Amino acid sequence: MAEKLKLNRVPMDKQAPETRRQNPNEVASGYTYEQAVEEAKRCIQCKKPGCVPNCPVNIDIPAFVEAVAQGDLPKAAAIIYATNSLPAICGRVCPQETQCEQTCALGKKGDPVAIGRLERFMADWARENQEESGIGKVSLPKATGKSVAVIGSGPAGLTCAADLAKAGHRVVMYEALHLPGGVTYYGIPEFRLPKDIVQAEVDYLVNVLGVELRLNQVIGRGATLDELLSDGYDALFLGIGAGAPMFLNIPGENLNMVYSANEFLVRLNLMKAYLFPEYDTPVKIGKKVAVVGAGNVAMDSARWAVRLGAEEVYIVYRRTEAEMPARMEERENAKEEGVIFKLLTLPTTIISDDHSSVKAMQCVEMELGEPDDSGRRRPIVKPGSEFVLDVDMVIPALGTRPNPIIAKTTPDLETTKYGTVVADETTGRTRKDRVWAGGDIVTGAATVISAMGAARRAANDIDAWLKNRN
Amino acid sequence: MNEILVKKELAPKIKVMEFVNHDIARKAKPGQFVVVQMGTKGERFPITVSGTNPDKGTVKLVFNEVGRSSQKLGALNKGEVIDNVAGPLGNATEIERFGTVLCFGGGIMAGTMVYEATAFKKAGNRIIAVIGARNKELLIFKNEMKAVSDDFYVSTDDGSEGNTGLDFLRTIFEREKVDRVIAMSVATVTLRTLCELTKPYGIKTIVSLAPIMLDGTGMCGVCRVSVGGETRFTCSDGPEFDGHLVDWDLLESRKRVYSHEERLSALFDEGRQKGFPSSVSRR
Repeated sequence: MAEKLKLNRVPMDKQAPETRRQNPNEVASGYTYEQAVEEAKRCIQCKKPGCVPNCPVNIDIPAFVEAVAQGDLPKAAAIIYATNSLPAICGRVCPQETQCEQTCALGKKGDPVAIGRLERFMADWARENQEESGIGKVSLPKATGKSVAVIGSGPAGLTCAADLAKAGHRVVMYEALHLPGGVTYYGIPEFRLPKDIVQAEVDYLVNVLGVELRLNQVIGRGATLDELLSDGYDALFLGIGAGAPMFLNIPGENLNMVYSANEFLVRLNLMKAYLFPEYDTPVKIGKKVAVVGAGNVAMDSARWAVRLGAEEVYIVYRRTEAEMPARMEERENAKEEGVIFKLLTLPTTIISDDHSSVKAMQCVEMELGEPDDSGRRRPIVKPGSEFVLDVDMVIPALGTRPNPIIAKTTPDLETTKYGTVVADETTGRTRKDRVWAGGDIVTGAATVISAMGAARRAANDIDAWLKNRN
Repeated sequence: MNEILVKKELAPKIKVMEFVNHDIARKAKPGQFVVVQMGTKGERFPITVSGTNPDKGTVKLVFNEVGRSSQKLGALNKGEVIDNVAGPLGNATEIERFGTVLCFGGGIMAGTMVYEATAFKKAGNRIIAVIGARNKELLIFKNEMKAVSDDFYVSTDDGSEGNTGLDFLRTIFEREKVDRVIAMSVATVTLRTLCELTKPYGIKTIVSLAPIMLDGTGMCGVCRVSVGGETRFTCSDGPEFDGHLVDWDLLESRKRVYSHEERLSALFDEGRQKGFPSSVSRR
């Protein structure tokens, strides 16, 4: 190797914390062309790349990075779009640090190549330069005459729909809400993933790949799975996510000013309550806000609370930062924006004021004991450590479980005690004939990209199965 | 889809609308609701279904123009399209042959109750129907309700027609065995009063609750109520519950949470009509 290894990645511009506390706009601005080329040149083009096998949709990462390094953006775009229909979303919200970038050879000595940032750069460029990038000119194969209903238009549904449409099948995608995108729309905030980008990724499926999108369709309440199957669909894919909120089950949880993270985020992301009263949906904000939980959803809620003008925002978590499920980047962003981490703290009661609203939250301190089933050290209550946290708004962000509507109306769809649908890990096949499933509905709440990986595997299996079907 | 075929004003600010939506018309049953959303800025808000015609593919809604969203809906005319309607949502009413069923429809819910009472009648029940309103000008669906019932009563808060308030129901409960009461009203206090009246007689009383909703599909939990000490979601577990087990104080307080914002919306719209700038900063 002629050139010396460049150990540090090209930094990406971000809004300063003080600025971004005041606006809902995207925090990171993305690489410029020059920055992208410079970063791409750091890739040493391993003979046996560690990055590709660690990408759930197996993007040919070294090839696209090399094309960026050479300034051949149309080629780079083509390589990415060959295996990923949602790169602008993945480039922003994938946990690259535990996937492709974790196994980058450069990571042994310095920073891994900023694969996520490069993917984002390429996706944004391709979207803004449709003609030159060629992503709008996909030659679809001859129609197979087979049709598939995809239930849910989140990451899993979009991926499965795209793959099946590219294989020549007719795809109809059903969405329960009035806007498509699932969790990428209602769950992930504007400041991490702008909604016009989600809309553009969906438009690509509809306008370029010919996927038919039907909004306001609550499958299970409206048409059942069996009705869809007898209406002429050859196969169904369930990508309905895990959309039902979980609560703490402590006294006071039904008080006013206790919002599930889902409610808070749906109001803000889907309904744009931050623009009330110009937009019709309101949201309230406390002066002192406690977000209970430490996943990405908790960070998103806390960071929205900051932007709405809360004076103090806490992340209340019963373990320590080392056990937090949220991505490092989101934890750092939250801290920079002034979110206070109240660790080893467990809420026990939400205390009411005279108007059935939150007055404070009773908590106990915790300490870490022996590792539990998850391998993380089990938090134990410290005796005599009760204290009152002075807050007037509480947001439980404790994860989600699957919405039971479809399972309830489909008796022969096998589910687990957690409400998730039983499906084969490699094929996505459920125990019900002609029905596949993938994403959070199978695994419980996980990441966008793992849902996409599962949807990709299911789409492959559906395609193979359809080809053998007369 | 969602084209409005019929629009009528039944009483001041009370409208009935019929629109085309084959999916909903084919599936909806008494007790279920739809969620309506209009424009890029509109709220999602629930309206209980007041009837369907599966052959024509039409759905009937009765609503009161009380807030911004229902006013926007009420402003649509015949031939126009409602942007988004999702449904049917919630669980259907448990309709069986119970014996004698007292059907109460308060305010706009009289429309929904006609739909429900018809189903109870068809299942072989004797129907005692009661419609209520604040005053006689606001009474709707009198004839329709009369037609479907064996006994029919009117109740107004101010006594301008029929009985004053709900106390007269006691004479019915004293006189004959009522096997079930089913009650719908947007006014929580009316449902609560009714449940207090039926409780001493041990009559199972099913109420349709109308808390604040957002998605209406079980995603957000804003519609949570406490029933028999357990937290339930009205949209996915309800909307009908055993009224004797409902925590009414909680429901009433949760329904009031955005009253300040509702006033703010109204002021904002008033200001906009007068030509004040429409952009408002939160900060």
